Amino acid sequence: MDELTSVFIQEGREQLQTMETGLLELEQNPDDRDNINGIFRAAHTIKGASGVIECGFIESFMHKVENVLDRLRNNEISVSADLTGLLLRCCDHLGLLMDVLENGSKEPEDEAKTNGNALQSELAAYTSNAGSPTPPGQVIEAESEVHASGGGVVDTDSWHISVRFGPDVLRGGMDPLSFLHFLASLGEIVALETIPDAIPSAAEMDPESCYLGFEIRLQTRSSKADIERVFDFCRDDCELHILPPNSKVSEYQKLIKELPEDDMRLGEILVRCGALTQTELEEGLLSQKQADQPVSPQNQDASPLQQPLGEILVDHKVVRKEVVDAAVSKQTQISEKKAVEARLIRVQADKLDQLIDLVGELVIAGASTNLLATRSRQSDLIESTSILTRLVENIRDSALQLRMVQIGETFNRFNRVVRDVSREIGKEIDLVITGAETELDKTVVEKIGDPLMHLVRNSMDHGIEAADIREEKGKPRRGRVELKAYHDSGSIVIEVIDDGGGLPRNKILAKAIDRGLVQPGQSLSDQEIINLIWEPGFSTAEQVTNLSGRGVGMDVVRRNIQSLRGNCEVSSTEGEGTTFTIRLPLTLAIIDGFLVGVGKSAYVIPLDMVIECIELKENTADRDFLNLRGEVLPFVRLREMFEMSGTRPPRENIVVVQYAGQKAGIVVDHLMGEFQTVIKPLSSIFRHLRGIGGSTILGSGEVALILDVHALIQRNADLGAREHNFSRPDTTDFNA
Amino acid sequence: MATCKRLAIHEDLTIYHAMEHKQQLIGALEGAEVLELDLSQTAEIDTAGLQLLLLAKREAARRNIALSIIAHSPAIRQTLDFCNLAAFFGDPVVIAAHEQV
Repeated sequence: MDELTSVFIQEGREQLQTMETGLLELEQNPDDRDNINGIFRAAHTIKGASGVIECGFIESFMHKVENVLDRLRNNEISVSADLTGLLLRCCDHLGLLMDVLENGSKEPEDEAKTNGNALQSELAAYTSNAGSPTPPGQVIEAESEVHASGGGVVDTDSWHISVRFGPDVLRGGMDPLSFLHFLASLGEIVALETIPDAIPSAAEMDPESCYLGFEIRLQTRSSKADIERVFDFCRDDCELHILPPNSKVSEYQKLIKELPEDDMRLGEILVRCGALTQTELEEGLLSQKQADQPVSPQNQDASPLQQPLGEILVDHKVVRKEVVDAAVSKQTQISEKKAVEARLIRVQADKLDQLIDLVGELVIAGASTNLLATRSRQSDLIESTSILTRLVENIRDSALQLRMVQIGETFNRFNRVVRDVSREIGKEIDLVITGAETELDKTVVEKIGDPLMHLVRNSMDHGIEAADIREEKGKPRRGRVELKAYHDSGSIVIEVIDDGGGLPRNKILAKAIDRGLVQPGQSLSDQEIINLIWEPGFSTAEQVTNLSGRGVGMDVVRRNIQSLRGNCEVSSTEGEGTTFTIRLPLTLAIIDGFLVGVGKSAYVIPLDMVIECIELKENTADRDFLNLRGEVLPFVRLREMFEMSGTRPPRENIVVVQYAGQKAGIVVDHLMGEFQTVIKPLSSIFRHLRGIGGSTILGSGEVALILDVHALIQRNADLGAREHNFSRPDTTDFNA
Repeated sequence: MATCKRLAIHEDLTIYHAMEHKQQLIGALEGAEVLELDLSQTAEIDTAGLQLLLLAKREAARRNIALSIIAHSPAIRQTLDFCNLAAFFGDPVVIAAHEQV
């Protein structure tokens, strides 16, 4: 795929998102003009851009969509639920078409084509019952109907565009032909005449100057501003005249006069491309000669472009004032938007990754320098390296910041999901979003979408009750699903909260017994019962609906989240609702670590999780729990866990770690202090390895493994559970 | 007997080679009575190239030289079509069957 196409796809998807958000908002506020204009602009941009990359199927589809939006914009049709629904489906279809383009296919599959055709015919229903088209033949007297952009369908008349490119256009790297090709994407070029008259004799002709001009008849529904925008890039460098459809003959006369070519020759050209009839031309030129004789030199002196074209047109009542105003304000808006865009720079993700990789190396190298400096005991050197270290830390933070994106965009996608699903299942559900500005790593944002989708759908399908039942229970009729994000000590927490019926413990327990996950008679705490929903193949939905219960269970959600080094929990009060809490690390690349040693090996524990370090007393030697200020603290011995040879040193240390409310101890030989680490992921052959989250390189060049505290705690808990004879299926055996 | 020259342009008729092409074209007109242009290998043409063809045609007409394009590449054909210039050059255009829409 070439670069242009990939840029189109990226930007097209953004525009699509804008359109979709706009449409959803339109359902709430049908009278918001700005919003309708925004939607139109987005659709128009997609269409225009698809023309540039010559993607016919998107262009023609968007053309239909745009027509409907245009009528909406002009108040010719009104907003209805059917219409927004249809337009939303069009958005979906467009997304599909973009996928097709992205996959490099020439054309969409047959199924998509049929779907597209169906949508197009539905769209056509909104365009066909248009008010009667501007009747032809009223050209001269009906001034108020002259401007036809957005009005009834103009079949007989076209825009007349007359353009003379300046000599420097080619040197500026622009190709006038490509502008014309782009123009063709706005509508249909009915006639086109090339004007080569300005080319000087062979000896004087500079092949790098542009001498060409074109007279074009264009049939389009686009507005004048849209046509002008085609020539935006060379605006200063070309002479552009645009006459709206149904312009008066006198306008053409004026045009003939203003253009550099000989009047007669130009007149013929206009006749040839169908702008004027021969009689009109002859009459016009005759009357011009008679009446304008004294005026015309004066006219020629005043450069025709000094007065903005818009004003000229208004003077002659060709275009209504407000139309021009609208066009002008639109142009200002666009330039403002460009100014905003200019503050953003698009960077390729892999370049950013490379930068972060390098910063990672810098951190490691910095740590090594620091070590050497400390050993050398030269205070000057130590001081300068400590400044260096601080700067490196700042660089690291800013580099990581580059990858941070707000989660809002991901959340906003759910507006649509909630709208569609609640209609589908006939429940009334509102989505509330809080903390949309919370930032997290881009890779995490990309991967969190699917698990979230699953949770939200689950909440809507199983959680929220039907409106009648809710009323009976004394709850508001409309259910509520909340998406919430916030930062919490080095991790980001995302919550999916619903105010539905909560998780039915009895049902879960019965099901678990049925499935053999739990022995009958076994006593479990409420939380333990709820946690059973994470088990593979567990679904309480009594009937399999379209939404959930397709065999993809919560275990898959959990595994997806775990693969992001996160975890998820559920809490629920029966009758009041359920909260799913997802906890994710802020970034996947660099962490502050706590370096510990066992034997000769070094390990890193993420510093955020370390609470305190204590000395392990001799008398606890054979137990794996201890009394920490009145609390039971289970611990693991890394030496035993990783089956390392060598004897224990006389004094061992315990690092007390906390993760998601659980505390545990890790017994190590010695503590080596804080250490900034760049996480190097383990190769995929180690992906089943539990307890190790990654590796890193120490300043001395040695490798240290990063402990996956969550897995360690989990494992510890599992071991404990097994000893207490709880039966737990082996989760690693489950295949999705 | 008329001096018949033939010029085949293999490179793209674009701004990048405009200078050379101008000299090539005008040079080819020198002393010719009939000039045949073979553009079948010209993969691309832009405004600069189009201008040169127009210039050559006009210059040829001025000097009473018959300039004709005897072979069009698809790109040339499309561009001439788009700009409505096929009649100006007045050359027979061969449209391959599989290209016909």
